[in-house]
Amino acid sequence: MTTSSSLVYLIALPLGGAALLLLGGRRTDKWGHLLATALSAASFGVGLYQLSQMLGRSADARPVSQKLFEWISVGSFKVDAGLLLDQLSICFVLLITGVGTLIHIYSISYMSEDRDRRRFFAYLNLFIAAMLVLVLGDSYLSLYVGWEGVGLASYLLIGFWNQKPVYATASRKAFVMNRIGDMGLSLAIMIAFASMGTVSFAGVAENAPKTSEAALTAMGIMLLVAAAGKSAQFPLQAWLGDAMAGPTPVSALIHAATMVTAGVYLITRSNFVFDAAPTAQLLVVIVGAITLMFGALIGTVKDDIKKALAASTMSQIGYMVLATGLGPVGYAFAIMHLLTHGFFKAGMFLGAGSVMHGMNDEVNMRKYGALRKFMPITFATFGLGYLAILGIPPFAGFYSKDMIIETAFNAGGSKGILLGSITLLGAAITAFYMTRIMILTFTGTKRWEDDAHPHESPWLMWLPMAILAVGSVTSGYLLYRGDALVNWLAPLFHHPDEHEELLKPIVVTVMALTMVAIGVAIAFYKYARQKVEAIAPTDVSIFTKIARQDLLQDRFNEVVFMRPGQALTATLVATDEAVIDGTVRGVGKLALSSGAGLRGLQNGFVRSYAAMILIGALVLIAAIWVVVI
Amino acid sequence: MDAANYLYISALLFTIGAVGVVVRRNAIVVFMCIELMLNAANLSFVTFSRINGDLNGQVMAFFTMVVAACEVVVGLAIIVAIYRSRRSASVDDANLLKR
Amino acid sequence: MIQLALEVGQTATPEAVMFWILGPLAVVAALGMLLVKKAVHSAILMAFVMIVLAVFYIAQDAAFLGVVQIVVYTGAVMMLFLFILMLVGVDASDSLTETIRGLRPIAITAAVGFGGLMVALLGRATLGRSSVGLNAANSEGNVQGIAQLLFSTYVWPFEVVSSLLITAALGAMVLAHHQTSAKPTQRQLSINRFRGKSLANAAGLPAPGVFARHNAVDVPALLPDGTPAAASVNVSLKARGDILDSNAFDLSKVSTQVEEEK
Repeated sequence: MTTSSSLVYLIALPLGGAALLLLGGRRTDKWGHLLATALSAASFGVGLYQLSQMLGRSADARPVSQKLFEWISVGSFKVDAGLLLDQLSICFVLLITGVGTLIHIYSISYMSEDRDRRRFFAYLNLFIAAMLVLVLGDSYLSLYVGWEGVGLASYLLIGFWNQKPVYATASRKAFVMNRIGDMGLSLAIMIAFASMGTVSFAGVAENAPKTSEAALTAMGIMLLVAAAGKSAQFPLQAWLGDAMAGPTPVSALIHAATMVTAGVYLITRSNFVFDAAPTAQLLVVIVGAITLMFGALIGTVKDDIKKALAASTMSQIGYMVLATGLGPVGYAFAIMHLLTHGFFKAGMFLGAGSVMHGMNDEVNMRKYGALRKFMPITFATFGLGYLAILGIPPFAGFYSKDMIIETAFNAGGSKGILLGSITLLGAAITAFYMTRIMILTFTGTKRWEDDAHPHESPWLMWLPMAILAVGSVTSGYLLYRGDALVNWLAPLFHHPDEHEELLKPIVVTVMALTMVAIGVAIAFYKYARQKVEAIAPTDVSIFTKIARQDLLQDRFNEVVFMRPGQALTATLVATDEAVIDGTVRGVGKLALSSGAGLRGLQNGFVRSYAAMILIGALVLIAAIWVVVI
Repeated sequence: MDAANYLYISALLFTIGAVGVVVRRNAIVVFMCIELMLNAANLSFVTFSRINGDLNGQVMAFFTMVVAACEVVVGLAIIVAIYRSRRSASVDDANLLKR
Repeated sequence: MIQLALEVGQTATPEAVMFWILGPLAVVAALGMLLVKKAVHSAILMAFVMIVLAVFYIAQDAAFLGVVQIVVYTGAVMMLFLFILMLVGVDASDSLTETIRGLRPIAITAAVGFGGLMVALLGRATLGRSSVGLNAANSEGNVQGIAQLLFSTYVWPFEVVSSLLITAALGAMVLAHHQTSAKPTQRQLSINRFRGKSLANAAGLPAPGVFARHNAVDVPALLPDGTPAAASVNVSLKARGDILDSNAFDLSKVSTQVEEEK
C-alpha cells in the first residue's frame, strides 16, 4: 500500500484552525471566520489533490495510508494511529470538506450579527477535523476517536445558543442518546479484540472468515446500535428533531450531510462483518425500514420547517441503512444516495435558513406563504432540491433512490416484496410532505406576521445554495453513468452474488414515479386547493395527533427509560444517604453513645470506684481459676 | 483439721472487709475495713509460714504490720484534715470530681 | 496448748476446738463491724477481731507476732481509731439507705463471687505434702528465729521501713497542723476604722454599683466630684494598664430629647 505524507494535513488544517480560534479568544474575532473558511477550503484542496492522484492509479493501488505514531502497545495488542484513504474514504472526505466549506461561506453571512461568530467557526472547524478523523482512521479505535469528536462538536454546536434552556436541554439530549450508541461501538471493539485480537480494519477483514458467526453477529448488532445512535435510526432517533435548536448551518452540515451519515459509513466499512453474519444484516434492514416509515410519518405533520426537514433526513438515512442491509450489492447504492442526499438536503436546509433569515427567524410554515416572488433564488435552489428528493429524473435523487428500490425488490421472495413496497410507500409519503413544505412556504396566500418583510439573502448566502443546487441536479447522473460509483467502490466489497432481475428497471421507475405523483396530488389538493390555517387546527384525526407528538417517541423514552432510571437513581441516592452515610454516621454515633455510657461510670463517688476495684479483683481470680483448673 | 482452715477464714475475713469498704459511708469505718483486709492477709502469711516450716512468712507479716501502722497514721491525719475543712466525715461528700 | 500445737502434721484436737469456737466468732464480729450503725461499735468489734487473730497467731507458733498484734494493732492502732472517732463525732452514724443506685447488690455479688472463688481455689489447691510445722524453725525460740532472718536477709527492708515510720510521723504532723491567723475581734475592727489614716471610709465602703457608670470591670466608677475612684478597679488591672476611661457626667452632652421608638 502506498504511503502519502499529506494525509495528515486533511485533519491538521481544520484542527489547527479550531485550536487557534478557541485559544485566541476575542482577539481573533475580526478575522477568525475568514481563517476558518480558508482552512476548510485548503483541506478540500488537499482532498482534490488526493483524488487526482488516486484516479491516476490502478484499482489495486488506489488506497494510500499514513502511519502517524505508535499508539497502544500492550502485550500482544498493538494499535498504530494511522490514516487510510481508500475509495470509500475519499468520497466522504470530499463530501465533508466540500459541503463543509460551502457552509462555512454561508455562515459568514448567516452568523454575521452574532457576537460569538468566531466560536461558531471554531466549532465548525473542530467538527470537520473530527469527522475527517472518523472517515480516515484505519482502525476501529481511530474511528472511535473521531466518533466521539463529532459527538462533542455536535453537542457544542446544537447548544450554541445555550442561554435558552430549551436549546441546552436539546444538546444534552442529543449527547446522551449518542452515548448509548457509543456504548455499542465500544462493545463492538471489545468483541473484535476478544475474538480476533485486532481492531484495525485490515486485521478484522482478514480474520472475519475465521471467527465464529456468533461473535460476528454480536459485533454486528453492536455496530448497528452505534450507527442507530449517530444516524438517528430507530430506536435512538428521538434526538434529531430537538437538535434543530442549533443554528441552521449546523443543521445543514451535521444533521443532514455528514454526521448523521457516519452510521452508514460505519456499516459500509464493516461490510466484511455483516456479510458473514446474516442475522445482523437482517436487523440492519429492519431498522432501516422502520426508520424510513417513522421519519416519513412524522414529517407529514410538522409545521416547523426545520423539524420537517429533520424528519425527512431521518427517513432518507433509513433508505441508506436499508440499502446497506441488502448485502454487497446494496453498499454502493447506499453511498450513492448518501452523496446525493448530502447535496440536496444541505441545499434545502440552507434554503430554510435563508427563508428564516428573511422572515425574522420565524420557523412556523403556517406563517409563511407566497414567498417565491420575494425570494426567487431561494425558491429556485430549494425547488431543485425538492425535485431531487422526490426522485424525478434526471435529478440526483432519481438515480440513487430508484436503485435502492430496485435492489430491495431484487432481494427476492417475500422479503423483497415487503421491502420494495415499504420503499415505494416511503417515496409516496416523501413526495407528500416535501410538496407540503413547498406549497406552504413558497406558494399560496400571505400568512405572515405583521412585522415581516421578506427579502432575498445576501450573495454569501445564496452562492453556496446555488452550488449545492447544481450538485442536486447533476451529481446523480454523474455517479450513475457507466456504473461509475459502483465500479469505483467494487474492490472494497465482496463480489455480489448474481441476482436475477425480478423486475425490469423500467417497471420500478414507473411504479416509483406513480407513487410520487399520487403523493404530490394529495398534497396539492390538501394545501393548494384548500385554505391553510395560520394556526394549526386542533380537531384532527388521532393519527395526526400521534404524529404531531413524533409518534410518541419522547413519551415512550420517558416512560420506559427515563422514569425508571430516575427512580433507580433516587433509590441509589437514598441508599447512599441512609445506608452508607448512615453506617458512617452510625459509627460516630456509636462511639459517642458508648462514650456517654462509659462516662456514667465516673460519678465522682469513691465508693463506686472501690466497687470497681473489687470487681477487677474478682475478674483476676476468675482468670486464675480458668487457667489453673 | 488442717492448717488450710485458717486460709478459709482469711479469705472470708478479706471478703467481708472488701464489702465493708464499698458499702459503708463513714470514712473511719471504711478505714477499719481496710485494716481488716490487711489483717486477713497477715493471717494467711502466718499460716503459710507454718505450712512451709519457714519463718519468712512471719517476717513478711511483721513488715505488713509496720506499713499498716504508718498508713493508719497518715490516713487518719488526712481524714481529720478533711473533716476540719468540710465538717463531714462521709466519703460521699468528697465528690468534687463528679461530672 | 502450745506444746500440743507443736505436733507435726495435723492440728491437734485442742487447737481444733479453739479454732472452731473462735473462728466463727471472728467472722460474726467482722460481719457485725460491717452492719452496726454506730462507728464506735464497729471499732469495738474490730478490736475483738484483732484479739482473736492474735490468738490464732500464737496458736500457730508465731508468738512474737501474736504479741506484736496485740500491742501494736489492738493497742495502738485501734486506740488511734477511737481517738479520731471521738474527734470526728462519736454520734456519727450512717443512714441505712444507699445513695448510689445499685451499689449494694453489685458489691455483695462481687464479694460473694470473689470469696466463693477464693475458697474454691484454696480447696482444690494441694501442696503434695503435709504441713511442716515450725518446730525446726523455732528451735532457738520464735524471737531468735525471726531476728535471725530480720537482721540478715531482710536488713535492708528493715531500714527502709523504719525510715517510712519516721516519714509517716512527720507527715501526720504536717497534715494535722492547723495554722490560723488571729481573727481580728470586733473591737479591733472598730479601732481600725476610726483611728486609721483618714475618715473617708468611716461609714463603711459604699455598696457595689453605687458609683458605677459602666458595668465593665475595667472602667473605674466616678466619685461624686467626677474623679475616677481608684478603688473600684482591680489592682491587677491597674498594674497592667488595662483601665479604660470613664466619661465624666456632663449634662450638656446628654440628649434631653425623647426619641420615639419605631
